[in-house]
Parts: sequence; C-alpha cells; structure tokens
Amino acid sequence: MSTIALLAVKEIREGLRNRWVVAATALLAALALTLTFLGSAPTGNVGAGALDVVVVSLASLTIFIVPLIALLISHDAIVGEIERGTMTLLLSYPVRRWQVLLGKFLGHLAILAFATLIGYGVAAIALAATGKSIGGASWFAFATMTASSVLLGAVFVAIGYLVSAVSRDHGTASGIAIGIWLLFVLIYDMGLLGLLVADQGRFVTAGMLNALLLLNPTDAYRLLNLMGTADISSASGMAGTVQSVALGSFSLVAALAAWTVAPMAAAAFIFSRREL
Amino acid sequence: MSVNIQLNSVAKHFGRVRAVDEVSFALSDAETVALVGHNGAGKTTLIKLMLGLSRPTSGSVTVLGQDTSAGNSAVRRHLGYLPENVSFNLVLTGREMLRFYVGLKGESPRSVNELMDRIGLAHAADRRIGTYSKGMRQRLGLAQALIGTPRVLLLDEPTTGLDPELRQQFYRIVREMRDAGTTILLSSHALNELEGNATRVIIMNEGKKIADGSLDELRRIARLPTVIRMRATDGGVQRIRDWMGNRPDLRQVNGHTIELDASPDSKIAFLRRTAGADVPFDDIEMVPPGLDELYAHFLGGRPSA
Repeated sequence: MSTIALLAVKEIREGLRNRWVVAATALLAALALTLTFLGSAPTGNVGAGALDVVVVSLASLTIFIVPLIALLISHDAIVGEIERGTMTLLLSYPVRRWQVLLGKFLGHLAILAFATLIGYGVAAIALAATGKSIGGASWFAFATMTASSVLLGAVFVAIGYLVSAVSRDHGTASGIAIGIWLLFVLIYDMGLLGLLVADQGRFVTAGMLNALLLLNPTDAYRLLNLMGTADISSASGMAGTVQSVALGSFSLVAALAAWTVAPMAAAAFIFSRREL
Repeated sequence: MSVNIQLNSVAKHFGRVRAVDEVSFALSDAETVALVGHNGAGKTTLIKLMLGLSRPTSGSVTVLGQDTSAGNSAVRRHLGYLPENVSFNLVLTGREMLRFYVGLKGESPRSVNELMDRIGLAHAADRRIGTYSKGMRQRLGLAQALIGTPRVLLLDEPTTGLDPELRQQFYRIVREMRDAGTTILLSSHALNELEGNATRVIIMNEGKKIADGSLDELRRIARLPTVIRMRATDGGVQRIRDWMGNRPDLRQVNGHTIELDASPDSKIAFLRRTAGADVPFDDIEMVPPGLDELYAHFLGGRPSA
C-alpha cells in the first residue's frame, strides 16, 4: 500500500475508534432530520417543493456545523501529534512531510464525507418515504448541496491544518480555529453587510462584491446552493441577489477548490520547515 | 568496517542556547555507542539531527552516506529510532500500530508477528495500547525500531521504565543487532548498566563532547584509582594498618573492613605483596572505577574520595 493510503487508513481507523465518525454522523443526521420534518410542515401551499425547502435549510445549517466539525478534527492534526511525541517517531520513517499532510487530509475528508452523506442522505430518504413527490431538479439540487458541503468541509480541514502547522501548542491552535470559524461564519458577513449599507452603492461595484463574496468560502458555498435553481432561489429569498451577483457555479466551485489547495500548500510549506 | 554516521563540527543553536557545540565523531558498523550526559547535555538534539528532524546551525551530519539535511527520506528505511518517552495512539491495538509502521517501511505484514514474539508482546497484540503498562509500551517502541533489520539504531533513553529482567532482554537484543553489524547509538543516564554493553562511550556536557573512547581507554585517560577493600582476620584492622605501614590514606569502612585507593601502577605492586604468605586479611575486593566515577571525573567534579 502506498504511504499516503496507509496514513489515510490509519486516520480513518483512529476516527472510528475515537467515535469521531459516529458523533459527526449522528449530529448531522439528527439536525437534518429535525429540519426536514419541522421545515417541510408548512410547504403545502408554497410554490417550493418539499426537498427544495430542505436544501435551503440544510445549506444554512451546513455553513455553521460543517466548518466547525472540520476545524475540530483538523486543528490538532500537526501540533497535537508533535506535542504527544508521535510525530517525531512518524517522521523517522521513510515518509515525507507533505505525504503525512495529504494522508491525514484524505483520511479526515473521508470521515467528513461519510458523516455528511449518511447524515443528509438519511433525511432525504426519510422525506421520500413520507410520500412527498420530489422532482429530478430537486434531487439534483440536493446532491449538489451534499457534495458542496463535503467540499466546504475540505476547505476547513485544510485551514485547520494551516492553523495546526503555525501553532506552537494545542491551546493556541484551538483559539485560532475558533476565531477563524467566527470570522468566516458570522463576522465577515456582518462586516460586509455593514459596508454595503454604509456605502449606499457609491464605491462598491458589483464586481467588487463578487470578489468579496469569493474571499469567504462560506459565502461561495451559500451562493452555490441558495441560488442553484429558480425554485430554490425563490424559496431562499435570494432571487434578488442572484440578479446582482453574476457568479456562475463554476467560479464558485473553483473558489472553494482554491480555498482548499492554498491552505494545504501553505500548511505543507510551513510544516516542512518546522523543526521538531 | 564502514562508517555509518559521521558528524563534522556540528553545531545547533536555539537562539542563544548552544544545544550542540562543535561536535564531531564517526560511528562504524557493529558498534554499540553510549551517549551519556546530564539532561540538557544535547543528547536528544544530536539524535534529532541524525534523523534529519532538525537542521544543524553549522557543520554536517551524514547518515549512511547521505547528508540528513538534504531531506532524502529513503535512507530512513535503514534506520530504527526509539524516542525518549515513546508514545503511540492509545486507541489502536499493538498489532495495528506495528502493522502501520511495518507498512511505512515497505516490509511484509508477516514480520509483525515475528516482532511481537521477539519482544514478548504476542499475548497483548490485540489489546489497545491504552491498556499497556509503561514497560509494554517501551517494548512496542523497541519492536518498531527493529522493523526491517536497520543498519543504524538510535535509542533515546531506551531502558527507562523497564524492570531488570526486561532490561537484560533488551540488551540481549541490542547485542544480537550489533553482532549482525548494526550501528547502535543509545543515550542513557543509567551508566552502570552500560558497562559490558557499550563498546564505546561518548560523554557530552553542555552541548560539547568531552570524552570519547572505550571504557578501558577512558579509565586509562582518567587515571582513576581502583578501590581495594580488605576484610580483616581476627587480629582486627590494626594488623592491616601495620602491614600497610600505617599509610594515611587508609579508610576504615567498619569494624573489620578497610579501604585503599590504588592508582593503576601501584595496584600491581600491591597485588604482588598480597601474594606473599601471612597476609592480615581473609578477603579482598577490587573495585575498578565505574562509569559514574568516570563521568564525574570528565565533568570536572572529581568523585568524593
């Protein structure tokens, strides 16, 4: 087995033993089921389909929960192993540091993907089982939402590694991780909103707004899902935004991919120069 | 004989602290070298430099013909390392952990059972490492260091936490490895147990190498006295004093035991005398200077006489 696969499998095995996998899956499934049945109650006389409502509410939930889970499992990956002394031993083996990072990434991503697919999948199946009619476009939007949730997780796993690579100890890494979560999930959008209100459309052009939205991975994710289809954008109240924001799905996915690759590269660079 | 580890005026500074200061030595195959020194003498830093985990401030470290700062990871296939206070992920079992490390070195998974047997952990192979005692973890640490019959073994404080029986088992494995041609570097505080196990001793103090040689060589250089201890016959210690010509350096240990420090030359002269008839003691013991005394000597503070 290749070195990277070995490292990834070990990470998955540890995740299973630590109950990380079970905990994350159960949390996502519980929240998704709750939203599905609370959220689908009033849809009878709204124009949106049952699953579309679920996509909208789950996407909003994902923005809070998935980055948090991703940061929780990743922020300790490097600094924690250095503190516990397991990293010294690992690096005395014929492995390169970027291989360690990539192996861990694949392992953590697999855990996150499993939790998301099962957690959200259960909700969708439960909804279908209640006999609601769900169109093909709704299924597509749901699949896009699930896949992009995993991608959003990948972004924050990568950011978590970067935090872990620069932190001197576990406590610092936790602090920075919480700060980053608050920044991207809450503060950034509030700041952006404040800016737009204060600006009154004088200096901030549509192009600038696009760029500012792409600078926050959670905004890229939000746009990707909440304006995915006409049904969904009307259900999410984003129809107005869609007209002023001219960002295609491709550029949004590309932004999320860049948000994964760049922190990974930075983490690999910093980790490779770090002395143990 | 080939040189497996070569250090050329290696220095490693952390800010103003000189953890390692101009250290040079070469270690050949089939050598067991003990690296001794206080905590903070630079032993662990030296081992990390040899592993390429840390880069020297100046000088070069060559292991198995490769400069370690070049970051060539292939060399590490032939390297075994046991860190000080070895730790593993506690939720995995011993077998899973070892299988992982065996895989990283590209060895056959079959060797896992062999290693487990060799270090006597076969009975606990499928238990979580979290349930292991300190000694068992240390043995698992040794097992992973032995994967793939390395040509260089770096053992940092390997016997701390081992009971005497395990310690002997450990040194038996070390001897087997040395006989097979492995270069073994082990750092230790437990100086007395190195005697008979280390072919060479390197003494470090505050980052500097202050002595390097076999135990016999170091004893010769240090010229430390051998302690001769005589137990008196019925006549009591006074007879020994008379027989020795009332030398002032005789030390009375108790009612019937007397001690004397003999330099390497005077030791032989003394032994010749004892060959004569009518010696005033019925038992004699000769204690050569141990590593503890040698260590104290090279560190400048002479052992209290």
